[in-house]
Amino acid sequence: MKIDDLLPQLFPNGYDIAFDGDYFAGQGDGVAVIGTRDRAAIGAELAFRMAGEVLRICRDHPGRPILLLVDTLGQKMSRKDETICLNAYIAHLAKCLDVARRRGHRIIGLVYGEAVSAGFLSSSLLADACYALPEAEVKVMNLPAMSRVTKIPLERLEALSETSAVFAPGVANYIAMGAVRGLWEGDLARCLQDALAGQDDPDTDRRREDGEARGGRLLACRVAAEVRGAVPNDAA
Amino acid sequence: MSSWSEATARQRIAGLLDAGSFIEFLPPERRAVSPHLRELGQPAAFDDGVAVGRGTLDGQTVLIAAQEGAFMGGAVGEVHGAKITGLLERARTERPAAVLLLLESGGVRLHEANAGLIAVSEIMRAVLALRAAGVPVIVLNGGRYGVFGGMGITTCLCDTLIMSEEARLGLSGPEVIETTMGVEEFDAADRALVWRVTGGKNRTILGEATLVADSIDAFRAALVAAMQPKPLTLETLEAEHATLGNRLDRFGDMEDAVDIWAAMGIDNPQRLPLLDTDAFLQAVKGAGA
Repeated sequence: MKIDDLLPQLFPNGYDIAFDGDYFAGQGDGVAVIGTRDRAAIGAELAFRMAGEVLRICRDHPGRPILLLVDTLGQKMSRKDETICLNAYIAHLAKCLDVARRRGHRIIGLVYGEAVSAGFLSSSLLADACYALPEAEVKVMNLPAMSRVTKIPLERLEALSETSAVFAPGVANYIAMGAVRGLWEGDLARCLQDALAGQDDPDTDRRREDGEARGGRLLACRVAAEVRGAVPNDAA
Repeated sequence: MSSWSEATARQRIAGLLDAGSFIEFLPPERRAVSPHLRELGQPAAFDDGVAVGRGTLDGQTVLIAAQEGAFMGGAVGEVHGAKITGLLERARTERPAAVLLLLESGGVRLHEANAGLIAVSEIMRAVLALRAAGVPVIVLNGGRYGVFGGMGITTCLCDTLIMSEEARLGLSGPEVIETTMGVEEFDAADRALVWRVTGGKNRTILGEATLVADSIDAFRAALVAAMQPKPLTLETLEAEHATLGNRLDRFGDMEDAVDIWAAMGIDNPQRLPLLDTDAFLQAVKGAGA
């Protein structure tokens, strides 16, 4: 969905959001909004800008919930950005979101366009809860590229992706694996209000449990619990 | 002096920790293998490419994870990631002196891409929760494959990074950038360029890493001095924001790392790649990142 169509549906009472290139920020109904559009590549400057807005919200609007609307094709592929350590800028954004969460800002992510790799990692995957529109696209890599890199025939990947949520693109797979909590359909303002009313403990990451309960990710929960609970005598 | 880069994950652990102190959780005998690799007809490993456990360092208890670069470039899959996340969560209750992450990873394992990406985000959340609890998380990066992708982001979430000159740290690997954007954007075959961008020296000059020589003893010595937590607060993040903003303004548009080093006032910056670790640290002392 285009951002111009999305915002009026999320904030029917109006909103005040300023656009600058592929970046935007502002508020609607007392909810802070930070986002990107047009499949933005997340480079150092964009990550820095988003982090700065998170810090500003923490300072100027304590407790105000934050809605992340990030449409991204992934990280910017750039020698200059890598030279100044792009990963440090993206990590900085992640730290800012985490500190905001611990200062009482509820953070909701909505994938309304595309969410790919590091662009997804540094935004909605760090939210208290991440949702998606049905037409959103979530992926690491498309199957033809994956086939080239892994040298596994495309037909085999296509056949396996019918039964496995583990590698093929698609919102449904990310829901099954617990990373996306659910779809927003119909009254989007209502969906937002419901999500804001929820509660998540910043120290509890329930995505593994959701993935297991939904049958999309069967090992993460058990393996992490075994490492957490291993007693040294038992370990050998 | 045994080399870090030539050692396996378990040799690094054994060389770093007090002799005989390492106890592995979910060791290879427990067969924590990736079912997804098997399904794709790919070889699997009994530890899924990472060893996790507990030991002591100068008598202090630490939890430790070491990725094995020789297995799929240390890439993160569902089981691999869950072992690291479980270790970080264990540290919240066990409260060791530190958690040591001996990273060597190309990032997400494409054979199980969605599970790997989500696993990395769970590692990221677990690192942040642990930092909030005041337990320091320290990254040691000295492997041949470097640290890229989501593990490159994770590295910069931790309290401290100790890195050798030969190691690399970045987000997209040079080959990926070259394939996607063209050789004029990044010539991945130009090894000197790759190291000027991603190598330990550039990361140290920028203030992201503490540089050590490629030996397990050197990593250990740097580690002992680095085991204090660095709290993440609004104030410390505002300071970090100012530093990163300054770096972006001053150096964000520069063509080459050497131009950045020159702008910092380092004499003869083009000689830096040739210096050994001690001479390098002497040469950059006082340079303004």
